Amino acid sequence: MSELTTVEEILERKSHAVTRNPEQAPSHDVREALYELEAKGEIVLHKMPENHVEVKTKFGRTKRIPIEHTWHHKSCGQCGHIPGYTSSIFWLHRQFNLDYLDPTDQTSCTGWNYYASATSNAAAQAAVMVRNFAAAYETGYFPIIHCGTSYGHYKEIREQLVHHKELRDEVRRILDKMGKPLVLPEELVHYSEWVHVMRHKFAEKQTVDMSMIRATVHPACHYYKIVAEDAIYDPDIYGGQRTATVTGTLEALGIEVADYSTWFDCCGFGFRHVLVQRDFTRSFSTLRKIEVMKNEVNPDVTVTHDTGCVTTLDKSQFSAKAHDRNVGIPVLSDAQVAALAMGAHPFRVVQFHWHSTDWRPFLDKLGINWQKYWDEFQGDLEMIRSGQKSGITWEDADKPVVY
Amino acid sequence: MPTTQENWNPGKAEDRHPEVSYDEKERLFFEVKNDPRYEDFLYGCYECGICVSTCPSARFYDYSPRVIAQAMAREDIERVYDIISEDIWNCAQCFSCLRCPRGNNPGGLVTLLREVAVKNGLQETKDVLQGYSRVIYKVMLKGNQVSPDMLQPDFFPDWGPWVGQFSANMPVWRKAIPVDTLRGVTDAAWKTDRKTLLELYTIWFETGNMDIIKEIDEGLYDLLADVMQEELEEG
Ligand code: SF4
Ligand code: SF4
Repeated sequence: MSELTTVEEILERKSHAVTRNPEQAPSHDVREALYELEAKGEIVLHKMPENHVEVKTKFGRTKRIPIEHTWHHKSCGQCGHIPGYTSSIFWLHRQFNLDYLDPTDQTSCTGWNYYASATSNAAAQAAVMVRNFAAAYETGYFPIIHCGTSYGHYKEIREQLVHHKELRDEVRRILDKMGKPLVLPEELVHYSEWVHVMRHKFAEKQTVDMSMIRATVHPACHYYKIVAEDAIYDPDIYGGQRTATVTGTLEALGIEVADYSTWFDCCGFGFRHVLVQRDFTRSFSTLRKIEVMKNEVNPDVTVTHDTGCVTTLDKSQFSAKAHDRNVGIPVLSDAQVAALAMGAHPFRVVQFHWHSTDWRPFLDKLGINWQKYWDEFQGDLEMIRSGQKSGITWEDADKPVVY
Repeated sequence: MPTTQENWNPGKAEDRHPEVSYDEKERLFFEVKNDPRYEDFLYGCYECGICVSTCPSARFYDYSPRVIAQAMAREDIERVYDIISEDIWNCAQCFSCLRCPRGNNPGGLVTLLREVAVKNGLQETKDVLQGYSRVIYKVMLKGNQVSPDMLQPDFFPDWGPWVGQFSANMPVWRKAIPVDTLRGVTDAAWKTDRKTLLELYTIWFETGNMDIIKEIDEGLYDLLADVMQEELEEG
């Protein structure tokens, strides 16, 4: 057992300003450390595809975002409950004929469980991440991460791997058993960063006028609070004081983004709370987020970029409504809004029917005859039920339909 | 007055858990402190409360990330035991507290404290995680936290009548998704290769993750280990 810190040691520590040890403290450009580890043969670095765009992050470093040839690390939150999050991301790629891979050799990051129950450890979490990255490396496609939590969790694990040799050795030992190397990508990229750099291209293909829409933005905590220096910031958006993702996209599509006082608050997801202790989740997401937005700016929609946030903010509103609280804002992801702006089918692609809070007034305001598309979709479902069709495919969904 | 060895009084907590020996509390404290990540998560504490002002759990519960950072920094063994046995499960793990001007990560400290609580099978932790075991089962076996077939009205009554509609329509609605890896899948979030899952099971066994499950819920461990070992043997 180690010794307790002595009073002398404490007083010595208090006698001078603390400087961080750069060997141990998180660095502001982790890539330098990655290149060093690569040069030493400790890791295999997955290089950025040629087709990429440069952006600035919080403290001014240049980050590269791949445009295509990407390996899509899906989020278990989106696929379970809001599949339109996933289908909209892929639909957007398909509109520009961009090369992407939707892998089956992928697990979730398992971070939701780790943050919910801690029934795991650093080595297991790092090995799960590296296994996924090694799987991406084998295909040659560069990973892009759909989930805010996977993205944040992986950023944190990358820091740990860079700073702790024992962890690298342990992960290497485990990956060896699968015949996989310790692979890390040159950048960790969140899908909303791809949406952000593509936003003006989306606007060029926009068929649905959105200028009458007022939106609020909920920036996802794990996107910009964990390893904060890796999130995209832009001096033209909030004066560079908040992350630019989501807001930049909405503005490019002509949507008015309205500010509200609790923008920094989390959504109330809580990881374990949203599953088994939802009194916290319900109260926080409605009283500190939805109701504040409603009271202060009364938006038509609120937009975010993480599956957990969409779920929490959307599903929590039912019980608040039952208590006569001032709620009732539909919740979408940035990719769903962009797809809708470009004419994606509201049900085959955007999959509105999985959302709980009434989205009909939002579509009405956009002048979208949702009933027509719903009837069409009911026709699809009938054909699936009767066995005439095995399911909806991209052939049914690729073509933009809303003008 | 300058702080000296004589007047140093960090005001350590009373013993509120006499049923647990001081040595045991100290052992748990050092398990947290000796985690290699600890040094990256705690640099001291100004007591400024910025973490509290951003903390959702502090708004809702009798809970404070500042107290956690303080207790750990002061190495207040009794208070840390209060925290590990009572407070840690209130944290929402949002990491808003990374706003700390001192560079601390109070949410990260909570993660380390939770890991130690789980590894040592503290009774309070077992109680908290009791209703959660079906989720652990899913994530260990399928590699996804949730699956569409878990969206059942009895599990989410507060989400309104839609949940009944989702679950009744689930098999057809899932077929009406154009994404190839999602279409028709209801017992996982997406289609996953068998080889991928075997690799995941290897990770769980090799990293000692299965031992962690055993400590917290032996029945769940037996269930999981049986399935995984059989699958791994089949290869
Ligand atoms: S991570 Fe935990 S302690 Fe930190 S702000 Fe969120 S709820 Fe509070
Ligand atoms: S924000 Fe940091 S320094 Fe301030 S009270 Fe919290 S942990 Fe301490």
